[in-house]
Amino acid sequence: MMRRLRDSLVLFATLLLFWVMLMGSLAADTLIVGVMASLVIALLFPDGLSFFTEFRATPRAFLAGFLYYGYFLKELVKSNLTLAAIVVSPSLPIDPGIVKVRTRLKSRMGRLMLANSITLTPGTLTVELEGEWLYVHWVRMESADIDAATARIVAGFEHYLEVMYG
Amino acid sequence: MGAILDIIGGLLMVAGTAFLLLGGLGLIRMPDVYNRIQAGTKATTLGTLLTLAGVACLRPEWLLKLLLIGFFMLFTNPLSSQVLARAAHRIGEDKAPATRIDRLAEDLGDKS
Repeated sequence: MMRRLRDSLVLFATLLLFWVMLMGSLAADTLIVGVMASLVIALLFPDGLSFFTEFRATPRAFLAGFLYYGYFLKELVKSNLTLAAIVVSPSLPIDPGIVKVRTRLKSRMGRLMLANSITLTPGTLTVELEGEWLYVHWVRMESADIDAATARIVAGFEHYLEVMYG
Repeated sequence: MGAILDIIGGLLMVAGTAFLLLGGLGLIRMPDVYNRIQAGTKATTLGTLLTLAGVACLRPEWLLKLLLIGFFMLFTNPLSSQVLARAAHRIGEDKAPATRIDRLAEDLGDKS
């Protein structure tokens, strides 16, 4: 019960923050509309996830958050260059397969972020999530072994997300 | 100062468009739905982010809103791709013949 109340409050605060950023003003009428809309959404979706749901608000988590985005952007650029190279080469050098990997993350938001990150990193696409298992489509499969694939795909992001969300 | 920002912004937008073009090429060239999604998602995400960054250089006063748009892109793009891929797998969409292994189909087979 307490956890749900906290999650709802976090969702409400996040929505309101986005609203204020979007409107770019702190005038009373803007705020009132924002508070009402955020409140309704937070009440309608008590299980809704938001960016800060289950976020551990410790200095270490914030630091990990920054490092995570740096690492993530680097991987995103890398993944685009890899894919561009594949797409423009006449032989289309792909070697696809759907592999299974395991995550140590326990929180819902942590797992969601992990699945999202995997989708945006070099040659991998999350197809299905089931508990601690993720099924990942890999354009150039390097290993079908669960542990080897986990080390290759998951470990980099998990390292940061574990500190942020657990 | 303004002129330099204009040039940087223009270059960023060109780079973004180039990635979008490559993504489009990937959509045509890739052999099956999963590989196409891969090409589509990554290219559109980076392409759009770069384009937004370019716009931010040209119109610094829009920065906050552009940041928000970028954020939404970053979160919704992979999510929709993942759901598309899952849906494709569930209806048994054909995989490219080159696909070596499908652990998901194997595990689903075990259960039924």
